[in-house]
Amino acid sequence: MHKNLRIKIFEKASLCRHFETNAYKFSEKKLIKIPIYLSAGQEFISASLATIINDIYKIKPLIFAQHRCHSTYLSFGGEIDNLIAELLGNYRLSNTKCMGGSASIYSKKINMFGHDGHMGTQVPIGIGACFTSKKPTIVFMGDASAEEDYVLGALGWAATKKLPILFIVEDNNLSILTEKKVRRNWDMHDVARSFKMKGFNLKDSPREIEKYKKFFFKEPMLLNINTNRMFWHAGAGKDSDKTFDRYLKEKKILGKEAEKIDKKFNSMVKKLWEKHLKKQ
Amino acid sequence: MGKTLKETIKEIIRKHLKNKKGKVFGQCLTAVGWVGGTLPELYEKDGMIELSMADVAGGGIVTGSALMKEKPIYVIRYQGFNWYNAPMIVNYAAKSKEIWNTPCPVFVRGIGMEGGIGPVAGSSHHSLYYRMPGLKIVSPMTPNEYKKIYDSFMKDNEVYYVSEHRGSFNNRIELKNDIKGRKDFVIIAISITRFEAIKAKEILEKKGLKIGIINILWIKPLKVSKASIKCIANSKFGALILDDDYVDGISNSIANKLSHLTNKKIFTLGLSDKSAGFHKRVDNLPPNSSQIVKKIISLIRN
Repeated sequence: MHKNLRIKIFEKASLCRHFETNAYKFSEKKLIKIPIYLSAGQEFISASLATIINDIYKIKPLIFAQHRCHSTYLSFGGEIDNLIAELLGNYRLSNTKCMGGSASIYSKKINMFGHDGHMGTQVPIGIGACFTSKKPTIVFMGDASAEEDYVLGALGWAATKKLPILFIVEDNNLSILTEKKVRRNWDMHDVARSFKMKGFNLKDSPREIEKYKKFFFKEPMLLNINTNRMFWHAGAGKDSDKTFDRYLKEKKILGKEAEKIDKKFNSMVKKLWEKHLKKQ
Repeated sequence: MGKTLKETIKEIIRKHLKNKKGKVFGQCLTAVGWVGGTLPELYEKDGMIELSMADVAGGGIVTGSALMKEKPIYVIRYQGFNWYNAPMIVNYAAKSKEIWNTPCPVFVRGIGMEGGIGPVAGSSHHSLYYRMPGLKIVSPMTPNEYKKIYDSFMKDNEVYYVSEHRGSFNNRIELKNDIKGRKDFVIIAISITRFEAIKAKEILEKKGLKIGIINILWIKPLKVSKASIKCIANSKFGALILDDDYVDGISNSIANKLSHLTNKKIFTLGLSDKSAGFHKRVDNLPPNSSQIVKKIISLIRN
């Protein structure tokens, strides 16, 4: 993978990471009063995809996601101010007038559609939007959402219709705290293949994700991307201190340049949060 | 002679597909019968989209299509199937405008039917949608009513649940209210019960009673004219609401609203509180004219 591309991805990931660590802090201090679903640990998925799709391919896809989607929103170019406002309950600045909260991020600017709160509904809804508009569409889901019966039925239809759609399973192995092996004995990439669409199982490393870019939006494809959730299912807290952190690993690999980026976003994001908190 | 309701629906759908380049989604649309003769013989290239048999996902796919400003028509062949088809319509399409300022208008054709078709396929289930915000519920039983509802939908940006009934598909006649003069009793009828209401009125009037009829087309928001409210308020014994759904839903709710507006007792008669079986001895049918007559006479006597 070209180093410049990896740095670009790291920049997006850094923005997401510092956003989430601030959200964590202010949730812990009860300055955020709504339930929040933090995506720290998983940010390289959306950072890699957004860099490839937006910056390299110059495609502005329709985006359908659900809870734990702050990184999706930020990576694809959503306004950070609006998201802070949403979480802090600033009615005037929020994109949804505070109707959406953390779980239902919406942005007209980046074609990101809101979510209704029922896990996995973004899959059939995204498929319907893609079928009708024929526009490149990306649908994010978790490993638990993927188990919803209507997700499976909808995937089969998308495969039949050969839509220009990319399904991303952000597989952190957990449904709240129940592990995947307790819930099922099958894998989503196998399911995708059984529906006669491309399906792959990979890690959340930018290098691995980049390998599949040639297939994006040519036909339906599902990437089951194994990742790690740094924080609790909801709110501020940690499941474990031993969780593998892709962000730290990439920072180490990329060295000084990454450290500089990390510092820059640390300071920038902190200032933005403080600016909003002063208005409270 | 004017067109039947089914011919009218078929023509509306043909224009929706051909002139407006819209889409119609559903299961087994192009099968024998073309949904009771209400669909033109058109296929996917024309916008008639066959969904898979995944009911819940189907509702989601149509919702996604509506997000793209397509104004899709969604055909649900039996209203009971809504238990699986409705979730994303009511939880996403109906809320999208309010939460994200993004209209998601779907024209849902829920088709009722009954008589020997068991506990799932039978009767109307419009009360399922009634408790959710952000959508409109109508029940057109005549050609002109259907045209008005479709035109209203095309000008609007809301979800419409259109509670149809196969028993009305051959109807050519426009049904009118009878609210002139002081009535002894008023029948307020919804869906297929409107036809039995007319028969019941004739029987009761032969017995010397003056019976009013109010047809409910707009269920949500409820549209009842001031003259109709006045007719109920001036009636001697009150009114009876008829429905093709269980009464613990729309009919009891409307009864409550109308009793507040008229200060009269408003009663309800719909499906019995039981599951429908296939044999006629264990079926669960909407009230027929003799049941309506019996109920009204007992209400007047008491």
